[in-house]
Amino acid sequence: MDFGLTDDQREIQRTARELLLERAKPERVREHAESARMDSELWRELCELGWPGIAVAEEHGGQGLGCIELSILCEELGRSLAPVPFLPSAMAAAVIEHGGSPEQRERWLPSLASGETIGALGTAVDGISELVVGGADAQVIVLVEDDGSARVLSCDDAEVTPLASIDPTRSAARVSAQDSGEALADGCAGLGRALVAVSSELVGVCERALEMTVAYVKERKQFGVPVGAYQAVSHRCAQMLLETEKARSTAAFAAWTADADPARLAEAAAMAKASASEAGREVTAGAIQAHGGIGFTWEADVHWLYKRAQLDAVLLGGAKRHRARLAAILAEQLGASATA
Amino acid sequence: MDLTFSPQETAFRDELRGWLAANPPEPEPADGGEDAQFTRRRDWQRRLYDAGWAAPAWPTEYGGRGATPTESAIYFEEIGRARVPFAANTLGLLLGGPTLMVWGTPEQKERYLPPILSAEEIWCQGFSEPDAGSDLAALKTRAVKDGEDWVVTGQKVWTSGAQYSKWCMLVARTDSEVAKHKGLTYFLMDMEQDAVQVRPLRQITGEAEFNELFIEEARISDANVVGGVGNGWKVALTTLMNERAGLGFALQIRLRQLLDDLIASAAERGLLDDPLYADALAELHVRCESIRLLAWKGLTDTERYGQPGPEGSLVKWLWSDTNQRLTQLAVDIVGPDALTVGESWSYELLRARGNTIEGGTTEVLKNIIAERVLGLPRLKVSA
Ligand SMILES: Cc1cc2nc3c(=O)[nH]c(=O)nc-3n(C[C@H](O)[C@H](O)[C@H](O)COP(=O)(O)OP(=O)(O)OC[C@H]3O[C@@H](n4cnc5c(N)ncnc54)[C@H](O)[C@@H]3O)c2cc1C
Repeated sequence: MDFGLTDDQREIQRTARELLLERAKPERVREHAESARMDSELWRELCELGWPGIAVAEEHGGQGLGCIELSILCEELGRSLAPVPFLPSAMAAAVIEHGGSPEQRERWLPSLASGETIGALGTAVDGISELVVGGADAQVIVLVEDDGSARVLSCDDAEVTPLASIDPTRSAARVSAQDSGEALADGCAGLGRALVAVSSELVGVCERALEMTVAYVKERKQFGVPVGAYQAVSHRCAQMLLETEKARSTAAFAAWTADADPARLAEAAAMAKASASEAGREVTAGAIQAHGGIGFTWEADVHWLYKRAQLDAVLLGGAKRHRARLAAILAEQLGASATA
Repeated sequence: MDLTFSPQETAFRDELRGWLAANPPEPEPADGGEDAQFTRRRDWQRRLYDAGWAAPAWPTEYGGRGATPTESAIYFEEIGRARVPFAANTLGLLLGGPTLMVWGTPEQKERYLPPILSAEEIWCQGFSEPDAGSDLAALKTRAVKDGEDWVVTGQKVWTSGAQYSKWCMLVARTDSEVAKHKGLTYFLMDMEQDAVQVRPLRQITGEAEFNELFIEEARISDANVVGGVGNGWKVALTTLMNERAGLGFALQIRLRQLLDDLIASAAERGLLDDPLYADALAELHVRCESIRLLAWKGLTDTERYGQPGPEGSLVKWLWSDTNQRLTQLAVDIVGPDALTVGESWSYELLRARGNTIEGGTTEVLKNIIAERVLGLPRLKVSA
């Protein structure tokens, strides 16, 4: 058993972090958020580095790396809140790659891998989507229905109505496409990887919220002492760490499972998304609380983390739904072992 | 124990209910700008005033109805239930007026109370500072005597309605040689002077419900000291006590209405008998009812013993926590669409984050409960 990343993976993490510290500074993120524009310059740069295709097979123009590498990038992007459509695009690619026909892969993956095409993945009921994160920037959209079926559509075949979500670091849209698009052979096959991606992004959001909070409560004094000395505050910070690590370890397990033990991916992904959704909400709410009144202002940056976490927490189902899925999976396993 | 209203209280409620039904406020202005909103609230207060409903809890000699604490609570419940706006000068009616009634000179009462009631002069509150939030008594805004005037310099934050206000309830340091609570004085500061600059403070919701005040050698006449020089902390506590009392009943009804809306949304989606949501909704129902009951119980104590016990902190704690849970559950029930800008749930969710901070953070409330209700030893920190 070895939880450590390989040298190559650590290198990906290090370069990603350094790049984003430089190119996705808080002022820059804020500037794009306030004008509700994606950072096209940064996106172009990430595309040149091959980020969007990190987990896409080489035969489709990607780098052919695994789900762990994908999750590393998601986590770093979550930390920085970079206003780029990486997550929605990577989720769409995963679902097409693992559930699409050879023709569908051929048609969509190379341009998704190069970043020339932007993708998005959303849930829908009878062809009308819920809010689709990244939907307004996407040229290819995958809609998953409750029954697990999925369709891939070009944005020209659908009615895409841009929506403003509370997280303006990413676009959003309602997509309605009653009869258009093509069914994916297996709508669920790539969902586990998409769940790993969003869970990993949430882990990054939590990490950053915790770091900012710890730094703040060491500095901020009331009644003559740093507020971090009050156990009401320090214990909440400890709780934030616990939530973050729970989310991190389950997301890491799910990322590993995707390539090493796919039979357990459904279970691991549900676990990861349930933990990460909860952690995202709790940790970012705790960050605001520990900042006091400042945390409630637009000027302070914690609210962007809170908003991203809110969107990600319900993306592809929240903690409640994934725990319910998990319970169903456990029941199945129990049934299987009883009949075995 | 008798958990019903007396005939007199019922009559009070019915009269108000009838009046509210017959006199609805103007509809919300279409372009909804802040100034338009404010004008609407000012007009609304004028109508309340003309009908004698602006501040029923004020004694009759000051233009109120001399309503009992129970009647006053009924008043706020009905205001909340009718979904009418708060009066434009809520801070003057709830905080400023009652503070002057306790601490003001006869001249001050005569001068200031009538225009509070009629909304001719709007009031705001200048207590919190960037470095003095939980530790309010550490505030640094300084007032120095100069002839018949005081000259004030400093910064205040979280001042709602400052841009519309004539008077600011200002607490400033007049003596830095004595213990921090003892060197404070309570003033009424004229906002209409260049030395006071108002800058909107944008919040997590994107709107600017509050302001920052930059005060650079503002002048306040000595006649505008309230409760005596060096007595500011006590006067401020009177203001803060009144803050807790009235509005709570309106907020509690608002919470109830939100829960009713959410239950309806859940029913529409067929989720009311889904155990995942049913349990959470039932739990919220219990909490809402507990808040209502605790608030009324606190009122009984006030009527019997003249003071709301520190248990009042329990209501504020439970209310803020419940509002946060409720709005978060709404996102689960309604789905990602609840997070769209302009959707009322997204606003409620973000606004609820402030509930555990404003009016004393939950952490500080818990300290108060532990120390004053449970008598637990207090952590000694330096002053
Ligand atoms: C929406 C909103 C509306 C407001 N309205 C008003 C208003 O109308 N008038 C007004 O004067 N002020 C108002 N305020 C200011 C509010 O009263 C302060 O924000 C609040 O008292 C906290 O102070 P602070 O922001 O300085 O946070 P800090 O005091 O710096 O607190 C930071 C963190 O430390 C914790 N902490 C601090 N001291 C202790 C302690 N002794 N023990 C344990 N934990 C502690 C806090 O709980 C918090 O989590 C408002 C604030 C908000 C957010």
